[in-house]
Amino acid sequence: MSFLTGANMTGGYGKGPDILHDCTVAVDKGEIAVIVGPNGAGKSTAMKAVFGMLNIHSGHVTLDGEDITKLSPQQRVVKGMGFVPQTQNIFTSMTVEENLEMGAFIRTDDFSDTMAQVYDLFPILKEKRHQHAGELSGGQRQQVAVGRALMTKPKVLMLDEPTAGVSPIVMDELFDRIIEVSRTGIPILMVEQNARQALEIADKGYVLVQGRNAYSGTGKELLADPEVRKSFLGG
Amino acid sequence: MSDTVKNTLLFACMALLILGTGFVQSWNSALFILNMGLISAIMALGVNLQWGFAGLFNVGVMGFVALGGLAVVLTSMPPVGEAWAAGGLRVLGGLVIGAATIVGAVFLNKRLSGRARLIGLPLFLIVGFFVYRFVFDPAVEAIEAVNPAGTGYLGGLGLPVLLAWPMGGLLAAGAAWLIGKTALGLRSDYLAIATLGIAEIIIAVLKNEDWLGRGVKNVNGLPRPVPYEIDLQKSESFIKSAEGFGLDPVTASTLFVKLGYSVLFTIVLVVIFVMAQAALKSPWGRMMRAIRDNEVAAEAMGKNVTRRHLQIFVLGSAVCGIAGAMLTTLDGQLTPGTYQPLRFTFLIWVMVIVGGSGNNLGAVLGGFLIWWLWVEVEPLGHWAMEFVTSGMAEDSALRNHLIDSAAHMRLLTMGVILLLVLRFSPRGLIPER
Amino acid sequence: MDFLNGFVALSNFVLIPAIAYGSQLALGALGVTLIYGILRFSNFAHGDTMAFGSMIAVLVTWWFQGMGLSLGPLPTALLALPFAILGTIALLLITDRTVYRFYRAQKAKPVILVIVSMGVMFIMNGLVRFIIGPNDQKFLDGERFIISVREFKQMTGLREGLAIKTTQGLTVVVAVICVIALFWFLNRTRTGKSMRAYSDNEDLALLSGINPERVVMYTWMIVGALTAIAGTLYGLDKTFKPFVYFMLLLPIFASAIVGGLGSPLGAIAGGFIVAFSEVTITYAWKKVLTYWMPESLEPDGLVQLLSTDYKFAVSFVILIVVLLFKPTGIFKGKSV
Repeated sequence: MSFLTGANMTGGYGKGPDILHDCTVAVDKGEIAVIVGPNGAGKSTAMKAVFGMLNIHSGHVTLDGEDITKLSPQQRVVKGMGFVPQTQNIFTSMTVEENLEMGAFIRTDDFSDTMAQVYDLFPILKEKRHQHAGELSGGQRQQVAVGRALMTKPKVLMLDEPTAGVSPIVMDELFDRIIEVSRTGIPILMVEQNARQALEIADKGYVLVQGRNAYSGTGKELLADPEVRKSFLGG
Repeated sequence: MSDTVKNTLLFACMALLILGTGFVQSWNSALFILNMGLISAIMALGVNLQWGFAGLFNVGVMGFVALGGLAVVLTSMPPVGEAWAAGGLRVLGGLVIGAATIVGAVFLNKRLSGRARLIGLPLFLIVGFFVYRFVFDPAVEAIEAVNPAGTGYLGGLGLPVLLAWPMGGLLAAGAAWLIGKTALGLRSDYLAIATLGIAEIIIAVLKNEDWLGRGVKNVNGLPRPVPYEIDLQKSESFIKSAEGFGLDPVTASTLFVKLGYSVLFTIVLVVIFVMAQAALKSPWGRMMRAIRDNEVAAEAMGKNVTRRHLQIFVLGSAVCGIAGAMLTTLDGQLTPGTYQPLRFTFLIWVMVIVGGSGNNLGAVLGGFLIWWLWVEVEPLGHWAMEFVTSGMAEDSALRNHLIDSAAHMRLLTMGVILLLVLRFSPRGLIPER
Repeated sequence: MDFLNGFVALSNFVLIPAIAYGSQLALGALGVTLIYGILRFSNFAHGDTMAFGSMIAVLVTWWFQGMGLSLGPLPTALLALPFAILGTIALLLITDRTVYRFYRAQKAKPVILVIVSMGVMFIMNGLVRFIIGPNDQKFLDGERFIISVREFKQMTGLREGLAIKTTQGLTVVVAVICVIALFWFLNRTRTGKSMRAYSDNEDLALLSGINPERVVMYTWMIVGALTAIAGTLYGLDKTFKPFVYFMLLLPIFASAIVGGLGSPLGAIAGGFIVAFSEVTITYAWKKVLTYWMPESLEPDGLVQLLSTDYKFAVSFVILIVVLLFKPTGIFKGKSV
C-alpha cells in the first residue's frame, strides 16, 4: 500500500454517468507520480476523486494507511493533503504574502519558517510578496498557487495541470521547481497535459484512457514503451 | 388530484373568501376587493410576463402603473385652452429640444472618440440643457399661473376615458422601451436597481411637473366609464329595479357602479390573460423561457437575447400601464403622492411569487389572494390585537400602542408570506408547467 | 473678499452638507458592498436594516434622556449607539440563521436571494413601523452647532456665514473612525483577510480551510455595526423617518455600484461622488455666482440645475452612465 492511494475508483460527477472505471493511482514518499492521457481521459477527474471532489461509489482512498474515502475535501486538507486546482488557484486581489497566509489558515502555530521555505523554493515570490497576485505572470501565479498549497505543510501535494497555458521555457522552470519541492520529501501527484516532459521527471506514471488505467509503470518505462510512445507521445 | 381540479378548487376558495367578505363585512367591501383584485391580477400578469417568462427583474412596476394613471389625465380630461395659449407649444418645443439633446448626445457618443468626445460630449449636453431650460421654464411658469387653484396644467385630449386604458399601455410601453434600450444589457441586480430608480423618477416627475398633471395638487373628477351614483338615484327605473332586489337606492347605486367596473375590468383581464396564455404557448414564449433557463446557450444558438428581452420588457410594462390606467379610473383621481414602492412594486412581486411565477393562472390567483390579504390583514390584525390585549387595563400604554400599530401588520404579514412561500413552496401555489 | 465670501457660501451650502451626506452614504454603501462581496447578492433590505438600527438608537436615547443621562454638548444618541449596533447585529444574525442560511446551503441563484431579501425588507419595514410608527421622531439633543453662522461672521468679519452642525462634524469623525477600523480589520487581521479571500475566490477559500459560515457571520456583524451607525448618523443629521431609509436604498446602491460592487474603497468613493453630485446639481448657485461673477454677468435666476425633488434622478443618471461606460465600477468590482 502506497502513502496515498486511490484504489479501484469508479464514479462521476453528481448523478451523471461514471467517468472513472476501476481506476487506481498512488504515490509514495519521495516520489513524483504523473497521470497522463488523451483529452477527456478522466485525468483531472481521477485527481479530484482522490481529493474527494466527486462521489466514487466503489473503491477507496487511503492516506498514510487511513481510509479517507468518506471525508470532504476540507477535511482532507486538514488530514494533510495539499491541492492546487488547474484554474482560479490564487486569490488575485490579495498580495502574494496574503495568499500564502491564507494557505496557512488552518494552522494555529507559527508558520513563518514555512513561509521562509516557500520563499526559498520560489525566490521570485519573495521579491514580489507585496504585489497583488493577479498582477503576476502565468508562471509566477502557478508558483503562488503551489506555494499556497505548501503552507499547510501538506503530507502530499496534488497538482492539476500546473503547466497549463504557460510557455515552454516557463514550463521547464516550473518542472524544476516541482522537482525541488519533491526533494523536500513531499510526495507529488500531478496531472499533466505535456506527457513527455512530465514522464521524464516522474518516478511513476499512469496512462489513463476513458477513465481506465491503460498503462502504468515508472516514467522511464512508459517513455520506453513502444505502445505508449505510439499512442500518446507522437512516436 | 389533477391540475385542473386543484386549480378550480383554489379559485373556488378565492371566490369564497370574497363572498365571505360580502356576507361578513359588506358587499361594498367585497366588490372593492374584487375590483382591486382584478387590477392587481393584471399587474401580476404584467410582472409575470417579465419575470416568469423571461427572468427579467423589474422593480419599477410602480413607475409604469403611475404612467398609466397619467395617461388617464392626458386622455380624458378636457384641454385647458388658456394654458395651451399661455405656453403649450413652447413647453412642447422645450421637450423636443431636451429630447434632441439626448439623441444628439447618443449620436455624438458613437461618432466622436478620444479627446473630442471627452470635451465635446459634456459641452453639447450642457449647452443643450441650458437651451432646454431657457425655452421650457417660462412656458411652465405661464401654464402653471393659469388658474392654479383649478387647473394650472395643460389638461388632456378630452377623449372617452376607456381610450385611456390602451393609452396607458402605450405610454408605459414607450417608457419601457427607453429604459430597456439602456438598461437591459445589464446584469439582473443592476437592472433591478435601475428600474427602482426609474420608478422613483417617474413619480418625482408626476409630483413636480404641475403643468403636466397638476403634481401633488392632484387631478380630481376624472370622467368615468360608468354612470354616477347620483344620476342612478334620480332615475325612476333604477329605483324600481333596486326595490325589486330589496335594496335602498343609495346602496344599490354604489353596488351597481362597482359592478359596472367589475364587468369592464373582467373583460380586460380575460383579454390580457388569453393573450398571455397564447404567448406562453407560442414558439415565441417557448423561446423566451429557453432564454430564461439558459441565456448562454440561447445566445450561442443565434438568438438575439437583448432584443427578445426588450420585447417582453415593453409588453409586460404595457400591461402594468393598462392596469395603472384602470386603477386611476376606478379612483376617479390622479394622486401622485399615493404611489409607494412597497404597495405598487413589491406587493405585486409578492403576488407573482406566491401565485407561481411562470404561470399566468398563478399570477391571477396571486393577485386576488394577496390583495384580499392586504385589505383584510388590517381588520384581522386589529381584531387579533384586541384579543391579545384584552387582559390589559383599558388605559394601558402598551395596549393602546399595540392596537394603534395593528395597521402596520400588513407589511409584516406580506413579508412572512413571501418568505414562507419561497421556503416551502418556491414555485408558488400554481407552479409553472 | 468676494471670492472668500463666495467660497464660504459654497462651503456652507454645498461642501459641508455634501461631505456629511457622503459619509453617511459611504457607510451605507460599505454594508451593501460587503454583503455583495461575501454573500453575493444585492440586499434590498439594507435601507430597512438602517431604519431598524436607528430605531433602537432613538428608543434607547429616549430612555437615557428620561433617566437624565446626557453627554453634555454631544448628542445622547452617541451613548445609545452601542445598543443600536448590538441590536442590529442580533437582528441580522437571526435573519441569517432563519432565512438566508437555507438558501446558501441550497446554493440558490443570487436573484433568488434578492427576492428573499425583498421579503426580509417587508418584515423589517413592518417591524419598525409596528414598534415606533411611521412618523418623524426627534432624538437629537446637545449643542446644535460647532460653529454657528453668527459666531463665524463675528470671527471672520465676512458677510457670508458658515455653520457646522454638531451632527455634521460627528458624522465625519465617526465615519472616518469606522472606515479606518474596517480597513485595518480587512487588511491586517486573519479574520479580515479570510473574508477578503472568501470574497475573491470562494472555492479556493474552502480549500484553504476557511469556514464559510464564520466568514458570513463576521460579515453580518460588521454590516450590522455599519448600518446602525450610518442610520443613526443620518437620523441625527436629517430626520428619523422609517420611509426615508427605504428611499436611501437608491443612492446607497448607486454609490456601491459606481465604486464597484464588492470593493470597499469603491463604496467610499461612490458615496462621495453621489453625494457631491446630488448636492451640487440641486443647489441654487445664484448666491455663490453673485460673488464670483463680474457684475455684468450676474445671474438672474436661481441657477438651480434641478429641483431638489429630483435628487434621485441624479443618483440614477450617475448609475446609468457608469454602468454603460464602466460596468464594473470605478474600482473594478466583481460581477456575478
